[in-house]
Order: sequence, then C-alpha cells, then structure tokens
Amino acid sequence: MADLGRICLPLALLICVYGIGASIYGVRSGRIEFSDSGRRAVYALAIVLSVAFAVLEIAFLRNDFAFNTVADTSSRTTPTFYRAAAVWSSQEGSLLLWAWLLSLWSSLALFLVRRRMRDIAAYATAILLGFGAFFISLMIFYASPFSTTNPAPAEGVGLDPLLRFPTMMIHPPMLYSGYTLCTIPLAFGMGALLARRVDADWIKAIRRFAFAAWLFLGIGILLGARWSYAELGWGGYWGWDAVENASLMPWLTGTAFLHSLMIQEKRGMLKVWNVSLVLATGTLAIMGTFLVRSGILNSIHAFGGATLGVPFVALIGVLIAGSIYLVVLRREMLRSQHRLDSLLSREAIFLGNNIVLVALCFVIFWGTYFPLISEAFTGTEASVGPPWFDRYTVPLALLLVLLSGIGPVIAWRRATFANARRNFAAPLLSALVTLIVLLAAGVAHKTLAIAMFCCAAFVLGSIGQEFFRGTRARRAMAGEPLPLALVALVRRNRRRYGGYVVHLGIAVLFVGVAASSSFQHAVEQRLSVGSSTHVGKYTVRYVRPTATITPKNDAVHTGSTLNVGAVLDVSKGGRHVATLRPSEGFYDSGEPAQGTVGHLIGGQAVSHISMSAGVTRDVWTAIAPDISTPALQRIITIGNRTLPADQGVVALAVLAREYLKNPPAAQFHFIVSPLVMWIWIGGLIVLGGGLIAIWPTPSAVRRRVTMRSRARAAHGLARA
Amino acid sequence: MNPSRKRTVRLVVALSAAVLLASALIYTSFSAASPALSPTQLVRQAQPGRSYQVTGTVVHGSVRHAGNELDFSVADRAGGTAIPVDYTGTVPDPFREGREVIVTVQKHGGHYVGERDSLITKCPSKYKTAPAGEKQNY
Repeated sequence: MADLGRICLPLALLICVYGIGASIYGVRSGRIEFSDSGRRAVYALAIVLSVAFAVLEIAFLRNDFAFNTVADTSSRTTPTFYRAAAVWSSQEGSLLLWAWLLSLWSSLALFLVRRRMRDIAAYATAILLGFGAFFISLMIFYASPFSTTNPAPAEGVGLDPLLRFPTMMIHPPMLYSGYTLCTIPLAFGMGALLARRVDADWIKAIRRFAFAAWLFLGIGILLGARWSYAELGWGGYWGWDAVENASLMPWLTGTAFLHSLMIQEKRGMLKVWNVSLVLATGTLAIMGTFLVRSGILNSIHAFGGATLGVPFVALIGVLIAGSIYLVVLRREMLRSQHRLDSLLSREAIFLGNNIVLVALCFVIFWGTYFPLISEAFTGTEASVGPPWFDRYTVPLALLLVLLSGIGPVIAWRRATFANARRNFAAPLLSALVTLIVLLAAGVAHKTLAIAMFCCAAFVLGSIGQEFFRGTRARRAMAGEPLPLALVALVRRNRRRYGGYVVHLGIAVLFVGVAASSSFQHAVEQRLSVGSSTHVGKYTVRYVRPTATITPKNDAVHTGSTLNVGAVLDVSKGGRHVATLRPSEGFYDSGEPAQGTVGHLIGGQAVSHISMSAGVTRDVWTAIAPDISTPALQRIITIGNRTLPADQGVVALAVLAREYLKNPPAAQFHFIVSPLVMWIWIGGLIVLGGGLIAIWPTPSAVRRRVTMRSRARAAHGLARA
Repeated sequence: MNPSRKRTVRLVVALSAAVLLASALIYTSFSAASPALSPTQLVRQAQPGRSYQVTGTVVHGSVRHAGNELDFSVADRAGGTAIPVDYTGTVPDPFREGREVIVTVQKHGGHYVGERDSLITKCPSKYKTAPAGEKQNY
C-alpha cells in the first residue's frame, strides 16, 4: 500500500510540472489545446492525490503501523471515528490534505470557467499547479506521509487525547478548505494581471470561490473556538494565539474583498485595492499554513521541528514580490473609471468598512509577528498579550458592527438628508431603546459592552427594516402572503439578502462575545465532598465523586482508561438548576517503563468539561482530581510490582473503588458566562446567510441554461 | 474648493490619521510587550514590577497545590537554573512535570508570581514520538 502512495507523489509532481508548462505554452502561443491539456492536468492531479489520500486513510483505519505517521498519531485503542480524523493531525498528513483539497477545489473552479476567460484561466492553472508542486515537493523531500518502518511496531502512540473531540474531525478540513480556496482568487487575480484583463469579468468568475473561502475559513475558526471552549478545560474560546490569528487574518481581508468587489462591479472603482486584497488574502492563507507548520512563533498549537520554515519563507517571498511587481506593472490599467462622489454614500461606507477590516488585520499581524519584529529591532524576543490585542481590536470591532448596519441602508453615490432620515430613523430608535433599557438595568459601568449592544441593536433595526420594506413592496406588487413574500424576496436577490443575514449573524455573535467577556464570573476552588462555593448568583455543591474504568460504554468514549470526576449540584436562590458531571480522563501512555498499572494512566490527562448551556447563560465546570495521594499511589505501586502485564486494569478497579471510598479534595474551575450561546447561534446565522448568498440565483441558473442551449444550437447549425 | 484639491486634502488627512494610529500601535507594542526569557536570563535581568514571559521545563518533583495556588519551578530546557513560580488561574490539561511551559511572571522578592491564566503548555496540532523519557513532544 505504501508503495502505491509513494508512486502517487512523484507522479503528482510530474503532472504539476507538465500542467504548468502546457498552460503557459498554450496561452503564450495561442494554442488552446495546450491550455485545455493544462486544465486537464489539474483534474488528473485531483485523481492521483485522491488515491494517495485514500491510501493513507486506509492505513489509519487498518492500523497499519508500518506507516510512520500512523504509528506516531494513531493506535489500536484510538476509537475508529478518531482514527479516521488522525490522518490530518500529523504534519505529513496535513500537507497531503492541503494538496488534495487544493487539487479538488482548483478542478471545480477551472471546470466552471472552462469555456470562458481562457487566457486568465490558463495562467491561473499554472499558478494553482505551482502551489500543488510546492506542497507535493515538501512531502517528497521533507515530510513524506508514506515513509515506513520495517518491521512495523505492534502498537502506535495514539491520537492525542485533546484532539478526541467531534468537531476536531471537521475543523482542519474546513480550515484547509478555506486556505486552499483563498489561493483560487489569488491565482485568477494574478492571471488577470498577466493577461492584461483587469475588468470585472475575473471578479465575477471567482466571486463564489472567494465567498466559499470566506465561509469555510469562518466555519473552521468557529469550530476551533467551540473546541477550545468545550474541550480545552480553560473555558475560553479565543486567546489571541498565533495560530488562531493566522486563520483570522485572511478571513478579514477576504471579508473586505467581498464588500469592495461590489464597488468594482457597480462603479468600476477600487481595482488596485481589490486585486491587492485578493493577492493579500491568498498570501495570508499561505502564511497561515506556514505559521502552523514552521514552529517559528510560540503558539499553544504548533511546536516541533522547524524543518519547513525555509521553503515556506521562499514561497511567501515570491508571492509578495510577484504581487507587488504585477500591480505596479499594470497600474495604468487598474485606474478607476469613477471617483468617489461623496463621503456619505454606500461606496464610502464600504471603503470605511474595508479600512477597518484591513486595520484589524494589520493590528493582528503586528501583534502576532511581534516576537520576530522585536527580535529584529531590539535583539530581544518579546510578545504582546491579549490586553494589547483587546485595546485595538475592541474599538475597531465596534466600528465594524456599526458600519455593517449603515452600509445596507445608505444610498449609492450620494445620500441626501431626506434619504438619511428615512433610512436611519428605525435603526437609531432601536439603538436608543436598547441604551435606555441597559441603563435602567444598571449596567452603566460596562461601557464597551453597552456600546456593542447598541451597535448590534442598530444593525438589527437596519436589517429588519430592509426585510420589512422588501416584503411589503413584494406583497403590494404580487399580493402574496407574508411568508411567501419573504421567501420570494430572498430568492430573487440571494446575494443581497444573504449578506444582510450574515450582518445580522455577526451582530448576534458580537453580542455573545461582549456579554460573555464583560459579565463573566470565574472561580477556581478546591472542594471536598459536601462543600460548596458561590459563582455569581449560583451555588455549586460537590455532591459525590465518580470514578470509572474501561468507559467504553460512555456516550462520549474517547479511548481513556480511567475517568475520575464529580457530581455537582448547581442551584440559584435555593432552587435546583442543574446537575453537572465534569471528569478527567486518563490515557494509556504506551510506555512499559511506567509499569503494568502506571502506563495505563501515564499518558495525557484530559478534562471532560460539563456545562449547563442556556440561551441566557452557560454554567461551565472542569475538574482536576488529585490521584497522587499516598493511598492511591500505593495501589499503583503494588499493582506495578505484582500484576502481570495484561492485568493492570484490576489495580485500576481497586484504585477507582478507593477513590470513591475516600475521595480527596479536588480542584474545580467554575465559569458562569451570560449569552455565550449566542456566539454559536450567531455563527449559525452567518453560515445560513452565507449559504443563501452563495447559492446560484434562479436568474443565473436560467442564464447558464440558456447559454448552454444557445451554444448547442450554434454547434448544431455549424455542423449542418 | 475644487474637487481635485478636496481629494488631496482628504488623502493627506486620511494618511496622517493612519500614520498617527500606526505610530501609537508600534509604540504601545514595544512598551507593553513582555520579553521572552529563559529562567537563567530572568534571574540575571528581571526587574520588580515588570512582566516577563518565561519559557522552560517544569522541574520534576516541584509541583505543589497550596489552596488555589499552584507552585512549581521552571528550569532552562537544558537544565540548570530553576525559578520558583506561584501561579493562580487555569492550568492547561497537558501541564505536568517535565513538560515545556510558557508563563508570564513578575518578580516579587526571591520568587516569581505568575499572571492569572497566563500559563500555556504546548498543544497538539503537531506532535511526534519523542526522544526517551517523554512520550510526546507537544
């Protein structure tokens, strides 16, 4: 099997080299058959890499520990569901995933434009295959997923327990889909510059892919935040970590592009800006991959050999230099056809939104790469913490949410006073009512949170008004009932109303962020059985301990050998609210040196948090039980000394019984976060809006069908 | 004011604002940053009241819970100088003796107080079988 995988990689590289040559020769010489052949090389690449990926996935599912990457990141005790996801937990597997997704998305993009923009598409093909060649070369020369050891080890190390969480199955493919999709607009942007065709055609062709990249990156970021909140045992969802920031930066520039491209489509303006944003987004996506895989910055995510640093730096250098060269070279063609008429216009608001998004990206870029910057200037590596990020990002986020409410209702070209009064009365009233209610509720001291709630109310008012007016007009024209009119309104203009839903989702998400960060109560407390503590208005009592071995029957079995936890009673004002069961899972280390019993619990220990989630608040708990007491340690020592290798679990049963009989005090982490669920609800609204916007409109489908039948008719006539 | 002059004024104002904001950003990043030091460097350079990010390995046998406080020592990766840290806040799951950690500390007399929730250990986007003594290299 490994041989098949090993053959696939050089074959894939050969296909890339051929495809690059054929595409460039085809477009330079005007021989379309070569450009077409280059495009087909991308399809062939997708097939070959699909085979390679299938080989690796099968090796994981069959526990083929002859593959080094399988032995390093999987084991027989890893549940099947997580074995399948372990493919992309290693460096080699994630590089293969990157290249494979790139080939699939590139095939789709090039297939959709196969009869249009042949010159731009040919250059784009060469650039996309160039990325493919880069990643395949990394696998051939630096980190092969198909390297093997003979004889194969009997057992693997196992997937890291922290990654044994359902969203981890889809988080990396989503993020990598986002990253790879970001390279498609970059390839077409560079292609348009090379082919000297910088009108709005190429933008229309890649619009959907830019949107898909934005959507996938967004889903990936949100899933990562959810994993952090529900699995990592610290109760937070965002920590301004370098790897988190790396995924957020292309998402921000991508968001800016999705707005400014409308100005180029409608008014022929901002061409330099748009092409620069596309190139920056693609480069930031590659930098994101580089950051995760190079180990160049201290991150809670990625450490280890920095073997891939040099090739990535070279690629990023080429991308930045190439982008600047092309934009400068074609600057005459990129001149705007119109000027900004007024600062009170939709164009100006979009431009403002772009500036805020790019400023956010710059702040995050500076903070993320500050350790390298400070080392270069001062000789000492220094880093900035979350308070520094918050100081700049919070006001910018406030401004962004406000602009997302103004943009949809302000007029194109020039807004008049009458127009402003008509469009802004309802949103302003909505913000004002929110402000009065909040002040009456006595939360005046949390200024930034109040400002965010008011901005969100403004957005809600503005989007609500747009839907109301659109539906009313539709009902007046077609006489449809309200639900039908609403559906018809959205169906007729999916991009516009999908975008509005996205704005609404972002506002809801920020309400969740502002409330949960400003009004959170967190307590770290050591408790014995029967004792209790207060968290905000809640009382939490440690009712009894829990300890189970071989928890394969658990609903959320992750392969741990011992689970030690607690049953907690949560009450408010004497009334029972919830029963929580946090625990910590102990995993097999696979190290015989730790002893017959010791190795069974000597691996990673992972918190299994427990929470009572609600639309108004989450009560979140994690436990760090103490199994280092002399009585428990004595059981492990005696077990190590007396039990045969396959009977260690007997001592674990004794240990669990002893823990239940004489439970030592345990360390607990309690958090009460208001409205945190609205972050996930907001995310789902954004996803829904994104899907509405990305779906082809009926008119576009009709246009495509008409064009196809026209082409067929023309072909038939020509033959006749 | 003619349109072209108006545009120039706008551009100058916008650029000046951008330069001012960027300068503030750069200035605060240098003044608010915590230098990343090893325990040996920290012992030599630390000044009371200033934050430092210390990277090192948790010394075997040094971890103790005292109420809600977690006390441990951090040594250079290659061993040698170790500094005592009194820490409160969230302790990440992978934290244990022998692991590499990063924690932001301030010097208080002869010991170092960790900033709340600043303790991070290495997490597993990428890991491999490690050299003897340590199962995984986070």
